[in-house]
Amino acid sequence: MIKVNYIESDGTHREVEVEEGVNLMDAALDNLVPGIDGDCGGVCACATCHVHVDPAWIDKIAPMDATEDAMLELTDDRDESSRLCCQLKASPELDGIIVRTPAGQH
Amino acid sequence: MTETVVIVGGGQAGAQAAVSLRQEGFAGRVVLIGDEPVLPYQRPPLSKTFLAGELAKERLFVKPAAFYEKVNIEHILGETVSAIDSSQQLVSLSSGQTLHYDHLILATGGRVRQLDCPGASHPQVHYLRTLADVEAMQDKFTAGARLVVIGGGYVGLETAAVAVKHGLKVTLLVARPTPLGRVTSPEVGKFFVDVHRQAGVTLCCNTGVESIEDDAGDGLVAALVTDSGYRVLADMVVVGIGLLPNIELAESVGVACDDGILVDEYGRTSVDNIYAAGDCANHPNPIYQRRLRLESVQNAVDQGKAVAATICGKDKPYAQVPWFWSDQYDLKLQTAGINSGYDQTVVRGEISSRSFAVFYLREGRLLAVDAINRPAEFVVARNILSKGLGVCAERLQDESIPAKALADLPAADEADSLTTENTAPKGAQASTQSGVQKTPQSNAVEHDRVA
Repeated sequence: MIKVNYIESDGTHREVEVEEGVNLMDAALDNLVPGIDGDCGGVCACATCHVHVDPAWIDKIAPMDATEDAMLELTDDRDESSRLCCQLKASPELDGIIVRTPAGQH
Repeated sequence: MTETVVIVGGGQAGAQAAVSLRQEGFAGRVVLIGDEPVLPYQRPPLSKTFLAGELAKERLFVKPAAFYEKVNIEHILGETVSAIDSSQQLVSLSSGQTLHYDHLILATGGRVRQLDCPGASHPQVHYLRTLADVEAMQDKFTAGARLVVIGGGYVGLETAAVAVKHGLKVTLLVARPTPLGRVTSPEVGKFFVDVHRQAGVTLCCNTGVESIEDDAGDGLVAALVTDSGYRVLADMVVVGIGLLPNIELAESVGVACDDGILVDEYGRTSVDNIYAAGDCANHPNPIYQRRLRLESVQNAVDQGKAVAATICGKDKPYAQVPWFWSDQYDLKLQTAGINSGYDQTVVRGEISSRSFAVFYLREGRLLAVDAINRPAEFVVARNILSKGLGVCAERLQDESIPAKALADLPAADEADSLTTENTAPKGAQASTQSGVQKTPQSNAVEHDRVA
């Protein structure tokens, strides 16, 4: 199991255990993490699972593809730490990763 | 006094309304009634990754069971609502149970349109709408099996794509001259014809089914007789010829219906305290200045949110750019907007490269885009449509301009017309002459994540 830390905009911190290979959007839904909707079911079509990845972890995650890059333009507060977490799969290298959910995503 | 919201329909719209009621702070009782025996799930994967066996069933659910418990959403599954009494504000269930409501949300969705030719009830004929539908066909989804798909909409095309990848021998019968004829253009339809044929699908356009015979008298093989005189054998038939909105409950209590349950921008029907959302609802869309009934996740989610907000006394009218997606083979088709009434298409990119966008314009204004493996064009079109921005056909076509920049018109070329200065369209005067009726400022849609 891989530990994933979700931090909400109000500072609420949840550490959840995620099976390897499960994406961080599904893991958030499974663990009732608010602020992550995943309306399209994880096919990078809706941009409702936006997270900011903690800077310490940015270099450890797989780079984004063109679809994710384009879809992120639909989010309000995109920055260089932005990712759609349906595209981030839990793996041993990400054990302990910290992601923050944006304020506006409800 | 505790208020009760009863939601009839356990699909995406019903689930969203329930969740959004809690997010908006509704403290009363929320009861979700679904006629399927499972918690609300997502339908799009049914004809895509779930049919392909690539997605576990538990991944279909909109929310896990624990979520409903945590936020105290009651659910009654596998039961239908048999009657509504709007004067007493009661719903009766098939079990005989009755429930009082203060607010009633009809999220009744739709049912598949059925074939009506002779032999249409052959045992090998399947429809694809529910989880149970797909589970019933998965055993027969084996390499070498002969599959005939009837219908060239999203469901038909996606089913054909999954099947041929699994080694089935697939014939796709399309009644119109091209697939996706109702929602896209002949160019895009023709592209999908070529894609499917190259993948090994036998695709016949302009072909209807006259009758279905039983080939050997044992119910195992269906023989489809087409209106062009062919006889095609099938171990399985999948029919995807559209959806009919479930409006009967609404009509039974005098709720006004016309191609769906008529709602206003807040999701309210013509009867007090009754609302509707999702595939069954027909709403006034301020961007297109006409009524639309949409069958999509986006619509279900956004209308579910709007209705919940209305019940909570908040002013969040539904005013979104419709969007859709379809996955077939290596292709992601993303559509923003509704192209109905277009008088010009602009193709950006080479169709043969399997990465291009078709923009639909009417009187020079953008109505919609079909983006095939072009997410940036999809995104910028949503932005243009939601803000009511002007476009220039030459620029849309010009690949030296990055897609992202298509929302910005250069300051120099604009005296003539296009409402470049930001979000608010020119309201009344534009709407009198433009085919794309623009909404007055008060209804202008903000750029929004649609979620």
